[in-house]
Amino acid sequence: MNKEVIFNMTTPFRGDYTIVGYRFGHGEPEACIIGAMRGDEFQQLYMCSQLVAKLEQIEGKNGIVANKEILVIPSLNYSSMNVGKRFWVSDSTDINRSFPGNPQGPATSRIAAAVMERVKDYRYGIQFASFYLSGNFIPHVRLLDDDTESTSLANLFGMPYILTASKRSFDVTTLNYNWKQCGTSPFSVYTGTTESIDEEMASQGVSSVLRFLTRMGIVKYHCHGGYISSIIEEDELLPIRADMPGFFRPKVTTGTDVVRGQLLAEIVDPYRGDVISRLIAPSDGVIFYHQIKPMVFQNSVVFRMIRKIHS
Amino acid sequence: MIDTVVSFEMLVEEVMQIKKNRLAPDECSGKEKRLCIATGSHGDELNGQYICYQVIRRIKQNYEDLTGIVDVYPAMNPLGLDAQTRNFPLVDVDMNTVFPGDEDGVIIDYTASKLIKDMAGADFCLDLHSSNALIREIPQVRLNDDVAETIMPYARLLNTELVWIHPSTSVRPGSLSYALNAIGVKTMVIEAGAALRIDYEYCEQIVDGIFSLMKNVGIWKGEVSEICNPIVATDGEVSFINAESSGMFVPNIKHNMWVKKGEKIGSIVNVITGSEEERIFAPCDGLVFTFREYPAIEEGALIARIFGGDRL
Repeated sequence: MNKEVIFNMTTPFRGDYTIVGYRFGHGEPEACIIGAMRGDEFQQLYMCSQLVAKLEQIEGKNGIVANKEILVIPSLNYSSMNVGKRFWVSDSTDINRSFPGNPQGPATSRIAAAVMERVKDYRYGIQFASFYLSGNFIPHVRLLDDDTESTSLANLFGMPYILTASKRSFDVTTLNYNWKQCGTSPFSVYTGTTESIDEEMASQGVSSVLRFLTRMGIVKYHCHGGYISSIIEEDELLPIRADMPGFFRPKVTTGTDVVRGQLLAEIVDPYRGDVISRLIAPSDGVIFYHQIKPMVFQNSVVFRMIRKIHS
Repeated sequence: MIDTVVSFEMLVEEVMQIKKNRLAPDECSGKEKRLCIATGSHGDELNGQYICYQVIRRIKQNYEDLTGIVDVYPAMNPLGLDAQTRNFPLVDVDMNTVFPGDEDGVIIDYTASKLIKDMAGADFCLDLHSSNALIREIPQVRLNDDVAETIMPYARLLNTELVWIHPSTSVRPGSLSYALNAIGVKTMVIEAGAALRIDYEYCEQIVDGIFSLMKNVGIWKGEVSEICNPIVATDGEVSFINAESSGMFVPNIKHNMWVKKGEKIGSIVNVITGSEEERIFAPCDGLVFTFREYPAIEEGALIARIFGGDRL
């Protein structure tokens, strides 16, 4: 394992800011894994740390295939994590809305440019991603489009689901979109949580990456075969909204198999304590996402369901 | 007439409402032109609030001169304005990146979608912005290049010193401006001043520009002030100056000044060693239309933008 500096700058009050990566093996740039890009992505940083530990073990047993190189960059934004902020400390910009970056631009743009320059030649790019909504998801691999090649490759992670999504306006400024422009095959790996650690899902995420690296002939590692992934389109996820505001009392969680008419959650009046709304499953399916805050707004999306499928 | 455009109940005992004030002639034929004035998608920007106040006040003073419809949306992100946060607080997302929104989406998408639906069908929209709290801008119209040709005749009427054709975030896909232009509402973004304060002089200048536009498109028949002829800048004519050191920025010039190539703009000093880390000089003759407002600065941060070079 070699530690290398990807980017360095000075800050006005906190000394140097340095982004580092851990390189395993030598030769062709095969796979690059990137962890936390925001200051609240604890699960994503944790997964990277576990992956680095595993790859170090694998390398120690000569398990990195000859002439193959893997790079892991655990965090692009520890500066914000250290002070409890989500976005860049000095100007609240988002590194994952700054790609492909500009080496002469502001700090987040310089970081994006430096990272892009270092990672653009890798064959596969894997980001441990978080969603902008706080809540829990079923672990999945997300793709920006559904071309057959990407979907086939995504299957090799052995995650329960592959989610394909249409491009949104901001996607052009994300790492994965720009990776794709450079010829890299990008994948976003989601493992349920962001601000807290879910050990089991983190382990599932790390295993999925090792499985992918094994199947692509980059590492030699014996792992469980994983799932044959179900492919779903993001637009097909059924949003379930809170029709009233109040305390959110969920009766199901992510991965729960539900049937039409089943009680999903109750909304409780914040002053009087009575149940003012019951959210009912409109279809059979599986809960893909649920919000985790104690209270909800009227009209907020509290669940997303995969329709007419059973876990 | 004040209407609620978007509404949802918050966690406890409060309803979030986005309102608009419609000002229309007492008798409408149905053929009146309609202008939307929208602001406050960034909760830390206040110039737009004052501009809305002044536009409504001036119309009310001479209501008989109003010949078209003016819809004023002063607070598209009322929760952000209340919390003094740039982003939409519930999801910490820049609201001006999610347009046209999605009625079936999460709260910010739903809100954006309702706003677009309400503004659809208007002839014109002005999206009023300040800069952020770190830099200050002279009054300027920002246009994306895909609509520059169509919009330019109207942008010239807005009494700004500058019209800048530049794909900034306020006009790119995801912005209110981009989404409305895509459905045929001629939309211009005006930027002026800095966040968290009101620059009254700039605001009055823009209000004059708004009435000039209204008069030229048949929404106002009253007297209007003479307006300035703007510089039209494209990206090749604008020099960006970014810090190459971190520390405190000490300026040698003022915002909105014409500078000569090689003139010292300022320096970045190190407060613990007492040393001057970097001296910054103008790369060309020109107008400093963007200038650093907040003194603490880090490597890469924008110090100034200068319109100039070979064009002068």
